[in-house]
Amino acid sequence: MSAEAVKQDDAPAEGSRDWRALLREIAESSALVVVMAVVASMVIGGLLIIFADPDVSDAAGYFFARPMDTFTAAWDAVSSAYTAMFRGSVWNYSADTFAQQFKPLTETLTMATPLIFAGLGLGIGFRAGLFNIGAQGQIIMGAMLGGWVGFAWHLPVGLHLLVAVVASALGGAIWGFIPGILKAKTGAHEVIVTIMLNYVAANLLAFALSQDAFQRPDSDNLQSPIVDTTAQYPLILGSSYRLHLGFLLAIAAAIGVWWLMERSTWGFRFRAVGANPRAARTAGMNVSFGIIAVMTIAGALAGLAGSAQILGTEKSLTTGIAGSFGFDAITVALLGRSRPMGTVFAGILFGAFKASGPTLQVAAGLPVDIVLILQSLIVLFIAAPPLVRFLFRLPTPTNEKVVAA
Amino acid sequence: MKLELKGITKRFGTFTANDAIDLVVESGTVHALLGENGAGKSTLMNVLFGLYDADEGEILLDDEPTGFTGPGDAMAAGIGMVHQHFMLVPPFTVAENVMLGHEQVKGPAKLLDLAAARAKVKEISDRFKFDVDPDAVIEDLPVGAQQRVEIIKALSRDAKVLILDEPTAVLTPQETDELLAIVKDLRDAGTAVVLITHKLREVQAVADTITVIRRGKVVGTAEPTASQEELASLMVGRDVSMTVDKTPAEPGDVMLAVEDLSVIDEDGIARLKHVSFDVHAGEILAIAGVQGNGQTELAEALLGVVPTTSGTATLDGELLTGKSIKETLHSGMGFVPEDRTEDGLVATFTIANNLILDLHDVAPYAKGMALQPRVIAEEAEEHVKQFDVRTTSIEQTAGSLSGGNQQKVVLAREMSRPLKLLIASQPTRGLDVGSIEFVHKRIIAERDNGAAVIIVSAELDEVLALADRIAVMYHGEIVGIVPPDTDRDTLGLMMAGAHEEAAA
Repeated sequence: MSAEAVKQDDAPAEGSRDWRALLREIAESSALVVVMAVVASMVIGGLLIIFADPDVSDAAGYFFARPMDTFTAAWDAVSSAYTAMFRGSVWNYSADTFAQQFKPLTETLTMATPLIFAGLGLGIGFRAGLFNIGAQGQIIMGAMLGGWVGFAWHLPVGLHLLVAVVASALGGAIWGFIPGILKAKTGAHEVIVTIMLNYVAANLLAFALSQDAFQRPDSDNLQSPIVDTTAQYPLILGSSYRLHLGFLLAIAAAIGVWWLMERSTWGFRFRAVGANPRAARTAGMNVSFGIIAVMTIAGALAGLAGSAQILGTEKSLTTGIAGSFGFDAITVALLGRSRPMGTVFAGILFGAFKASGPTLQVAAGLPVDIVLILQSLIVLFIAAPPLVRFLFRLPTPTNEKVVAA
Repeated sequence: MKLELKGITKRFGTFTANDAIDLVVESGTVHALLGENGAGKSTLMNVLFGLYDADEGEILLDDEPTGFTGPGDAMAAGIGMVHQHFMLVPPFTVAENVMLGHEQVKGPAKLLDLAAARAKVKEISDRFKFDVDPDAVIEDLPVGAQQRVEIIKALSRDAKVLILDEPTAVLTPQETDELLAIVKDLRDAGTAVVLITHKLREVQAVADTITVIRRGKVVGTAEPTASQEELASLMVGRDVSMTVDKTPAEPGDVMLAVEDLSVIDEDGIARLKHVSFDVHAGEILAIAGVQGNGQTELAEALLGVVPTTSGTATLDGELLTGKSIKETLHSGMGFVPEDRTEDGLVATFTIANNLILDLHDVAPYAKGMALQPRVIAEEAEEHVKQFDVRTTSIEQTAGSLSGGNQQKVVLAREMSRPLKLLIASQPTRGLDVGSIEFVHKRIIAERDNGAAVIIVSAELDEVLALADRIAVMYHGEIVGIVPPDTDRDTLGLMMAGAHEEAAA
């Protein structure tokens, strides 16, 4: 292709191709850019911590008399914040017993579990060119259906868990199928539909919790009965830790998704449809079916994230069952470059952020919002690779260069 | 005015698009810039027009160095450019488009002075016999007229140097002749015209000076009296044959029968109107016509990409209409789409994966749902060798290949199935002469294997070189099917809508 043709063809002609170009850019940003984005946001986060810290502003009041005080205070603020995050999420070296020292890491993995599930699903969508914002609703529907099977049905050990997990996946799958079929058959944009379905799911849950079928008998609060122990994920490290079987299932799901996307005919089709739907269609691929299948699989994985919540950590339905996992999972999938391995690592990183919140607040006296700001900054940087490359003087990747005819 | 480019070098990353190019354009002459697609002609003109910054070299106007930072500077200095893709606002009138960018105002309210713009259009139009109505809306005008509006736009800004970038790509043969006449008039009126093209005939018709560019370098200059063979070999860097070797067709039975086929697009506009024709086994039917007269829709309707509203297509006794694209491909149709980057390839996929886009889910490339990477790689190596795809690895992305090699990948994929019918739209668009020869040979080989072949091409040269029969399309209809020895003028008239009896 000629140099001049490349220049012209690069301009996206329509809105939906803008989305696709953005997704592609993110999916193909190098691992180095991702790591550097994390580093850059830690640096900016550090500056925010310095500005928010009362000791630093006190010392800055007499900066010209004793400038070192300001720097010392700043260093103390940043280091205590980041060490608190480390202690809250990886290894609590100041705890007395080994069990307590080890606990933060298991908390991180526990928090990571729903993020990995949902992130895997979103990643499939992103690679197929679908901007699925609906993980939140899909998690809620998964948790509702799985939870209902968990507390309303009473089945033997083993079978009960299996049925509840499948029900969770089914709940999410239905909530993914709806925007999928609407997109495939009517062209409705998946971003709009999934956002709206998030509201529907959240309010459906609130409504259900006010009904007898979901209401806990002895309670006036909006909460369901506790799921039977037979339907709960077994704890894999004993009762002192919350880490449950769902985490291993998430890792297995990651391997499954890798196979699906890289080694199966379905994944080949999904990727082709995502990268160039017109060429996929011209080559005889059924684009509509691809869209529906991708959205349904993504929904099922988000539904499994719901199962990690209801059958793993929460055990009863409340309106906050999904937390902000559905939205954080978008970040996780983007950070993981929509690849299964990357999503697992990104999920663990964000699980660590979530797990470190309480320690940060208690030990360093900083608002949890700092964590949210860090998360947001990471995404911001990843969405603008040229900015990161500029900041760290990284070379431009070769695929952006013009290829000679 | 004398325009001089000295040692212009422009790089994109590691790729040098222009390498120390020298060029002198004198007023009152037509200077043809001849080169293949991708040789760097358009890049050079974009540098001249201030759209790109040159990495090295300078631009002199009447021996004074210039420092254009954008098209505005270039226009102010008297350089006008007519781009390959027109820069017009479709719902605006001719006068509005001409004044766009340096609007004149009048009165205390600063109202647009449309009357002045209209007068200017009329004056220029009359001077060069353009026959353009200042009040016509651009989108209602034929392409040739739109191009004249672009020229008026440039002239209204007192362009002393007019750059025409591949101006004839979108014109009928007659419109081309009109344009070349205009170019001569402009030259006689003292304008310096730079004509960028890869069409040898046009160069011979109007050029006073010819500069040939190959791979970003000036490889020589030629006199307008040079033969086509001489110009072509300068352009390509080796001897090329301008004709295609093929034996006369030995048509067999009817392979494809198209009956009353119609396509109405989403806006309710009839793109294909009751088209009927047959193609025999072992025969090439070329579909000629100016772009946008239903050829694309015909090809896409046969594949099933666009829905048909009436009629049938039958391939070897099997009904095609109503089949899915996949079924159609599997029933023996090979399809080379008009726009290979949009429809033919997934640019971010590897060559190996692009070679199995259509067959990825059947043996031997897949067992059940599992892809067979080893088989895929082996077959890809084989195809890359057979079709002479110039690449270092089958794991390279298709997007990193040159246009010619991309087209070879598409051909390799489409010809790897046993074919009853091959449809190739614009099979050599944007390819260098070497690749064109290769693609033509392969297409003829497919015909000689007994496939029916449909070629859709906007290049009359290609149509005449390949066709065993020529169908000419105009406004969604086939105005006639004529033998391959029909002369250009007749074809040109047919492309403008005249029926064959009237044209002959």
